[in-house]
This record gives sequence, C-alpha cells and structure tokens, in this order.
Amino acid sequence: MADVRFEAVRKTFGKITAVDDVDLVVADGEFVVLLGPSGCGKTTLLRCLAGLEKMDSGRVEIGGRDATDLPPRRRRIAMVFQSYAVFPHMKVFDNVAFGLRMQKESKAAISERVDAAASLLHIEELLDRYPSQLSGGQRQRVAVARAIATKADVLLMDEPLSNLDALLRMEMRAELKALLKKIDATTIYVTHDQVEALSMGDRIAVMNSGRIVQVDSPLAVYDRPADTFVGGFIGTPPMNFLAVEVVADSGRPHARLSGGLLPVGSELGRLAGRKLIMGIRAESVLVETEPAEDAIRATVVVVEPLGSHNLLTVRTGDDTLKVSARPDVFPAPGSDIWLRIEPERIRWMDAETGAAVDGAASP
Amino acid sequence: MTAAVSWLQRVLLHAAAVLLALWVLVPIYFITLAAFSTEEAVYTYPKQLLPREMSTETMRFFLQSEGVIPSLQRSVFVAGLTLVIALVVGVPAGYALARFVFRGADAFRLTVVATRAFPIVILSIPLAVIFLRWGIDDTIYGVAIAHAALAMPFAVLVTSSVFAGISVELEEAAMTLGCSRASAFARIVLPLALPGLAAAAIFVFIISWNEVFAASILTLRERTLPAHILVVLNASPLPFRFAGGFFLLAPSLLVIFVIRKYLFNMWGRVVK
Repeated sequence: MADVRFEAVRKTFGKITAVDDVDLVVADGEFVVLLGPSGCGKTTLLRCLAGLEKMDSGRVEIGGRDATDLPPRRRRIAMVFQSYAVFPHMKVFDNVAFGLRMQKESKAAISERVDAAASLLHIEELLDRYPSQLSGGQRQRVAVARAIATKADVLLMDEPLSNLDALLRMEMRAELKALLKKIDATTIYVTHDQVEALSMGDRIAVMNSGRIVQVDSPLAVYDRPADTFVGGFIGTPPMNFLAVEVVADSGRPHARLSGGLLPVGSELGRLAGRKLIMGIRAESVLVETEPAEDAIRATVVVVEPLGSHNLLTVRTGDDTLKVSARPDVFPAPGSDIWLRIEPERIRWMDAETGAAVDGAASP
Repeated sequence: MTAAVSWLQRVLLHAAAVLLALWVLVPIYFITLAAFSTEEAVYTYPKQLLPREMSTETMRFFLQSEGVIPSLQRSVFVAGLTLVIALVVGVPAGYALARFVFRGADAFRLTVVATRAFPIVILSIPLAVIFLRWGIDDTIYGVAIAHAALAMPFAVLVTSSVFAGISVELEEAAMTLGCSRASAFARIVLPLALPGLAAAAIFVFIISWNEVFAASILTLRERTLPAHILVVLNASPLPFRFAGGFFLLAPSLLVIFVIRKYLFNMWGRVVK
C-alpha cells in the first residue's frame, strides 16, 4: 500500500484544459472519490496517475516514488475500467491471473491468489467460463478481482458501477465498500454519481472544469459546500440558493430575502450590506402550516409525495425553492405555508464569486 | 393511400434487387454449369438449364492445357507475396488509423483510397518502364509489388476497421497489469484481431489472384493465371474458357461470403 501525491498536475487536449493545476494528497489506505459532472477532468486525472495519459506538467508520486515518467506497468497500480475491459479471449481464471503472470509469479502462487480474489468477489464458480458467458454484474466482479489479485499499491476505479442497473449498483456499492475496507487498499474512485461518492468515500474531491473545488469528508461536502457549484451538484434535491442582503439596522441582523426578513445569528452583523447567496438544504427548512414567529411566508407550487417525506416546490417573493415536509404535511398547491430556517444550517456564499463566506455560519 | 404507395415501392425495390442479383448470378450459374459438364454438353444448343451429367472432363482438360499449371503456381506465389507485403505495411497503418488521433488522419484515409483512382492500365506502362530499369520486368516479383500497391487501400482500411472494433480499454487494462505497449498488442489485440486480419489477408490474396491488367502488361513469359488465360482466350475452345472462368471466379465468391461483415464497416467508424 502507498500514499499518492498529485502536484500541480496539468493536462490539455488541444485548446481544452482537462486538468488544471491539480494538487491532491491521498493517504495510505484512504478511499478518495473524485466526483464531478462529466467533462470535469476527473477521469483524465485518474488516467494521469495510471500513466495512460501523459501530463503536460506537474508530477505524481506513488508511495514516495516519483512516477511521473514511469510507464503504467511500473507504477504498481491496478485499474478497474468503466467498460470492465475483461479480456474476451481468456477464461475468467486467466483474466484474474493475467497481472500475476506478467509479474512472473509461480504457478502455485498464481492459483492461490486467483482463488483468494475470486472468493472475495464470489466468482469461484465462474473461473472456467469465458466473459461472453457472464452477465454485466459478473464481468464487473471479474474486473475487480483481476485488479485486486495483483495486490497493487493503489487501486484506481473509473466509474466501475455506472454500467450496472440501479438495483445491482446499490448492492455492489455496499459490497465494494466492505471489500475495499477489508483489503485496506489505497483507492481512488472516479464517479459522477454523488450518492456513490457520499456513501463510499473517506473523502470526496469535488471537481469542476478541471479543478478540484473542495476536498472534504462526505458530510462536510454535503453540509458545508465550498461554493455554489458544490452545493448545487451534491444532494438530491440540490441546495437551494437565495439572493439576500444582510441588514443590521437595529440590533439583531436580518437577511433580507425577496419574500421577507429572516433573523440570523449576530455574527452575521459584520457582513451587513454585502450581497450574499444563502444556501440551504431542503431538509433544513421546517415547514409550518400556520403563521409562526420569524417564519417566511411561501406559496406551494408543487407537492411531490416521496413516501418518507413530501418534497414541496414553493415560491417566496422572486425565489423558488425545494423544501421537504413531513409525510403527513400535505398542503394544497396554491396554499400558503410558513418556512422556518435554522440560521446555523445556512451556508453563506458571496453573490459574485459563489465561494462560501468562511466562518460566517459554522455550526 | 400511403400504405398502398409504400407497398408498391417495396415491390419495385425487391424486383430491382432480384433483377440485379440475377444479372450477376445467371452468368455465374452457367459458367459453373459448363465447367462441370462434358465437352459435348458445352457445345449443345439450346443450353441446358439444369445440370444433367456432372463431369470433371472439362476441368481436367483445362488443367492439362499447356501453361496452365505453371501460371497457376505463379499466381499462387504472387498472391502470397502480395499478401505478405500488403499486410506488413498495411496492418501498422491500419492500427495507427484506428488508435491514434493525428493531424491529417482523414486526409491519409482518403489518400489511401485515392490510389485506386488511377486506372491500373495507364499506371502499368510507366511501371513497366521502371521495372525494366530495375531489372524486375517480366518477373513475378514485379507483379507482386504492383499487386501489393493495388491491395494496400483494402489492407489498410479493413485492418483499421478490425482494430477500431477492439476496445482501447482492453489494451490499457493490459498495460496497467504489467504489459508494455508492444506486449499488450501481442497478448490482447492480436488474438482478438486475428479473425479480421485473416479476412483481410484472404481479401488481399484474392485481389492479386483476380488481377489481370497489371499482370498482363508487366510480364511476357512469366504470366499469372488470369494473364495467361486472357492471352490464350481467343484461341481456346469453349470448355477451356468456361473452366478457366470458373477457376478464377470460385475463390472470390467464397471470400466475399467470409469477409463481407468486415467490408461493411470499412471506414472504421462502425464498431462491433
């Protein structure tokens, strides 16, 4: 196992900058997810580490060794591809054994390690089959078994679950997480699926337009997004963003929304007069059916019953936001409700840059 | 109304297809029939429509005629040499076209095809002069070189389509598992490409096998089979012509059936 270090990694394709000066350190044994929309450079960054792309500048280190100019086979990495890339002309056994054979392991060692990897992935029964005789989920397992069999220093995964159907993906997600914990591998995992990222990673590196925007634990990324992009990308529904101005004319500061005044913590006083964006998660808004103190009036536009809660689309002033209500709260579209927003759940962002205003509302 | 029109269109389309097919198939049928009939049957009029007496008499007569066996040997050798030259040059070019994005890839693709735009009849005369200068006139090597040039576009485009059908991720996976680029090609791509490459090889072989103009112009005594047949055709009896025709025809027909799926995606854009 080993740690991984990206230093000012930069990769362009013609005029397009796919990876733009990325620095990232992944600790030994850590599971880091590269998350971002398609085209954000996350796969390119992974391929730079694998040695499948030549970087324009910067360096990568694996286990303290400079790997920048090493070919893929000398980097002690293993990779799981989105298409699985299981060799179609080899039986499952030979697929899993491929890396070990390239390392010139003894026959006995190969057979032992293949069996171990196969049993971890529950594919012992399939070793004698050809990939064309396997389902997509089984091929996926073969690809993972092949990658872990070589006991590489770093395990790279490029959207490994995205070709599976939804139910299987959920199953594999949990299984893969448990498996990677068990083998304690340093793992870098690329996905555009925020649920995968939140549920699997020790840390998430959110990428946008070739840059890493935020690296944090899943909870921190969810609760304290670094900017409006992260808040809008992570979470279902995405974070609500409302343009506000903080006013502190008499005593307690208030946030002036287009739909009313919201009292906020006194520490917001120093932001008075600044144009801000207020980021708030749907579940951090309490829905009241009666007028309440410090609550903001809103009109219900759409009600979506989701079983565990009802998702309401509401309008207040010029703003539309999504809030979740208890499953027994069923306001009719067009009726008025009152929103209570816990000030400590608000993420304040600068209206121009979209970047979070630090320390303003840390819980 | 529209249903009736589309019905009519379909009937016309099918009729046209049948007509075209017959236009090709009827002569092939008669040639085959005559090649396996007795000598008398070949001369009878009206022609028989169904095979009555099958006989190898005509074929034997053809194969025993003077010059047929040596020219047949030459044809096989030329086609074999053409195959080697065309694949040694064409496979790497096809691989490059399929795998790498490079400046002028499309222009290169077009140029490869454009070599077929020059009529070989016209090309053959300056070629003959050059070969005279090089001292390879009237040799099967000269013919093989000319044939390799003719077959090159097909070798390049067919192999490029074969390689394009093999996921680049397979190669990359091999490279992360300990292969160099070369060993990834040898262990993963080559075995997977083999059926397609074999098809390309057969196709190249047939192009040389059937080529007559260049072979006729570039040789005098060292004739390949088609060139030989062309020369002696007018002075030959009917059975010889039919048997010769069949002999030249049969391999190409077989090959077309084997490799047509590779020809359909010749531009390398259609994967699978």
